[in-house]
Amino acid sequence: MFDKEKLAELRKRHEKWVDGTLQKSLERAPERADEFITVSSTPVRRLYTPLDVADLDYPEDLGLPGEYPFTRGVHPTMYRSRLWTMRMFAGFGTAEETNARFKYLLEHGETGLSTAFDLPTLYGYDSDAPEAEGEFGVCGVAISSLRDMEVLLDGLPLDRITTSMTINSPAAVIWAMYIVAAEKRGIPRAKLGGTIQNDILKEYIAQKEFIFPPEPSMRLVVDTIEFGTQEMPRWNTISISGYHIREAGSTAAQELAFTLSDGFEYVRWAIDRGLDVDAFAPRLSFFFNAHNDFFEEIGKYRAARRIWAREMRETFGAKNPRSWWMRFHSQTAGVSLTAQQPENNIARVAIQALAAVLGGTQSLHTNSMDEALALPSETAARIALRTQQIIALETGVTNTVDPLAGSFFVEAETDRMEAESREYFHRIADLGGVLPAIEQGFFQLEIADAASRYQWEIDQKKRIVVGVNEYSGEEKIGIPILKMDQQGYDRQVARLREIRRTRDHRAVSARLSDLRQAAAGDANLMPFLIEAVREYATLQEIMDVLREVWGEYREPVIV
Amino acid sequence: MSARKVRILIAKPGLDGHDRGAKVVARALRDAGYEVIYTGLRQTPEMIVEAALQEDVDAIGLSLLSGAHLTIFPRVAALMKEQGLDDVMLFGGGIIPEDDAPALKQAGVANVFGPGTSTQDIITFVEQEMARRK
Amino acid sequence: MELTERILKADRRALARAISLVENDGEQAQKLLQEVYPHAGQAHIIGITGPPGSGKSTLVSQIARQYRQQGRTVGIVAVDPSSPFTGGALLGDRVRMRDLAGDRGVFVRSMASRGSMGGLARATGDAVTLLDAAGFDLVLIETVGAGQVEVDIAREAHTTLVVEVPGLGDEVQAIKAGLMEIADVFVVNKADHAGVDQTVRALTIMLDMNSAACSWTPPVIKTIALHGEGVADLIEAVDDHWAYLVRENALQDQQRIHAQNRLTRVMRRRLFDELLAKIGPERFEETVMQVATHKIDPYSAAARLMNSKTQGS
Repeated sequence: MFDKEKLAELRKRHEKWVDGTLQKSLERAPERADEFITVSSTPVRRLYTPLDVADLDYPEDLGLPGEYPFTRGVHPTMYRSRLWTMRMFAGFGTAEETNARFKYLLEHGETGLSTAFDLPTLYGYDSDAPEAEGEFGVCGVAISSLRDMEVLLDGLPLDRITTSMTINSPAAVIWAMYIVAAEKRGIPRAKLGGTIQNDILKEYIAQKEFIFPPEPSMRLVVDTIEFGTQEMPRWNTISISGYHIREAGSTAAQELAFTLSDGFEYVRWAIDRGLDVDAFAPRLSFFFNAHNDFFEEIGKYRAARRIWAREMRETFGAKNPRSWWMRFHSQTAGVSLTAQQPENNIARVAIQALAAVLGGTQSLHTNSMDEALALPSETAARIALRTQQIIALETGVTNTVDPLAGSFFVEAETDRMEAESREYFHRIADLGGVLPAIEQGFFQLEIADAASRYQWEIDQKKRIVVGVNEYSGEEKIGIPILKMDQQGYDRQVARLREIRRTRDHRAVSARLSDLRQAAAGDANLMPFLIEAVREYATLQEIMDVLREVWGEYREPVIV
Repeated sequence: MSARKVRILIAKPGLDGHDRGAKVVARALRDAGYEVIYTGLRQTPEMIVEAALQEDVDAIGLSLLSGAHLTIFPRVAALMKEQGLDDVMLFGGGIIPEDDAPALKQAGVANVFGPGTSTQDIITFVEQEMARRK
Repeated sequence: MELTERILKADRRALARAISLVENDGEQAQKLLQEVYPHAGQAHIIGITGPPGSGKSTLVSQIARQYRQQGRTVGIVAVDPSSPFTGGALLGDRVRMRDLAGDRGVFVRSMASRGSMGGLARATGDAVTLLDAAGFDLVLIETVGAGQVEVDIAREAHTTLVVEVPGLGDEVQAIKAGLMEIADVFVVNKADHAGVDQTVRALTIMLDMNSAACSWTPPVIKTIALHGEGVADLIEAVDDHWAYLVRENALQDQQRIHAQNRLTRVMRRRLFDELLAKIGPERFEETVMQVATHKIDPYSAAARLMNSKTQGS
């Protein structure tokens, strides 16, 4: 991108600057620290010039928006045509309560729904299971059967909105419930739009909400990809997620590298199933974290698009430009929120959200200021949504495409992210691939090391967290904290018992036994799951069948 | 004769898989010279108390981010009493609203550490408690 | 002593306390062992050693489960390294033994090595004695597994399992370095990984070359501990080895050797402690400095210290 002679000239001038102007300045005003580091503990240089991005090849490495390698964005006009989807994660208590929250959010201008499930649901337990004790409805909505799903979706325009569901191990079952609930209201499955997270690999790596061993879990994921490719063109069957990897304490580069490795692993498995890469790849979507380090994050998003496009085209031979696209959702970093002086979180969230927007996100969730304390209250959730609207409509950052391109620093960060990711790809390959690396605890150990270093930096005050280890006052702030409705649990259990009493028992056990047989073989399980949920087999009944056939996974010891 | 080593069990009860905090604290305590027994995820209160008994620990640290602390922490405390582990110190951490702290202390939890606690604060607390209980 | 009675009745809390006592050493521990020792000597003690990542903890958990299904009780001692700098330790073996939780016929104890080399802690043998006296039918010892060859286990266990995994590349080297001599059973774990047949073949060839002198040839057992596959075969091999020890009167020989080793270790340690007390720590430290600065060689220094007059008495 730069002329060689001019670069040589600049190099000389830079050397002179270091010895002269800079030297004098440092004598008068020494720097505040010996080293300046990113949130990921990577050193940042004092100054970035064309010398730092001398090898950058504009057409090769950046290109134009909407064109390979998509570094500058997947759409030619980006937010000038259409703003990102403001998608706020919600869900708590019973299906009734969450349904009411969804309606409230749609009335307030939200354009897509995002569902959180409670932990028993995420582990495939019914609400009245002993394992669910104390966990009902705490982290999200409880869905134990098709009836709960019908209540959750009651009155929502399913053919016009898109629904994202954050669920992994039991994703296929919950998806089957969504499909059947919609069909019973006369909406055909082909018209349904949305996403199931369904990213099991990052569960083993970071979030740990796994049930089955990796191999049958991967088979189930590929079953959903195959089913979606054939029957549900508007549905994203997987959201390959770095978010949780980052929340578990990884660096930005680890988040990027591990997520992309997971993505390539799904692509490999789907190709092995016999699917045409261009048939399913356009429906793969991603989910990244938006953390505090503004430029590092923007570099991460830009590098993510570039690496994905290159690998999909070069390694996997995809020909459809849509297969090269990386589309992603982002969410601000929950882990960066402080319980101390929680209003400060509004500022953090705004800056993180801005990074995601400048990085070209397709949809965004902004965290509420009280999330380090409890589930978000309505006011806090509204402020978080308003933050996105302010960025979109008041700041002007949406007026032009990829406004930070060409910044020497941003391009250098983008290059660094790509280089660090590729380094990790080699290390993972040396371990035999993603699954062996999981079983050897490679990812888990890398993340635990990064998390410990980060905490150590805070403890040593090498890293400042405002309101926590600096400017911490004792001032008490009254934030209204959402409390659970105690009667919700009783209502849920009553509904569950009624279903178990009134459904067609013979049909349920026939469908479960069909499922058992299919799981032991290699047929696609989606049709079997759909038939089982249609008869009101409960989530746990279905998952227990699969537990029985596939066994449960134990993680390696990595501390 | 070697000095008595303080042993601490770090456990993750409940269903949530967020083990970042538990691991960071376990490592910090190890680096402070303690023998730390780490139990891993999804431990029931019964499993935790039985492990504490077999390992003859001086303290149990629980980490929970799911919000089920008001159910689970008191249950651990009650089981400890049942098993005669009265002299074992119980502490906890996670996303725990300040309003819930009094109830937990009432139930027998010596201290609750919310988000943003430095590992040094936890180590200092453990040191003081161990010295006090000698 | 009340504690002894409670241990002999397999009181779990007393047992746990007693293990701490022997770990922390001191007079109370000696008195306890004096009372408990005559009651031990019944359990089949099984050692499990192998490189890091070979799946030892999972294997231990599976072996214990298998024996529990036969109605036999199992004590487990799992050793992990202490930091040489801080003395702290992170003991994580229980994570892999989750399936054993809630079973009153199993007792798991994690132990930090506390500066001992060779894969065991100083007090591992004493902890095993306590579990043995408490009536556990089997006691499993899992060594540190820090990568170096850990032969100490053979001095505590009746049956030593050496765990290998396919594809580590240098298995032949590791076997040459002493594991061949201590293994009673070889386990090739993770038998679903590539290279398993090469590993088994390499082991079998080594064993054939070695087998002349001995009446027991270690079997090579393939397992996938994660799924419990091959564990039944492994148990059978372990039981065969026990039967062999009993049948050939080898058990008595082995116990004599173990006793001799243990007695020697205790005497050596006591002698050193007593000698050090006589010399006095200051004088010892002084001499260390003289050796360190090459003013005197270690042999002359030792001779001088050991001939020295008792200090202060």
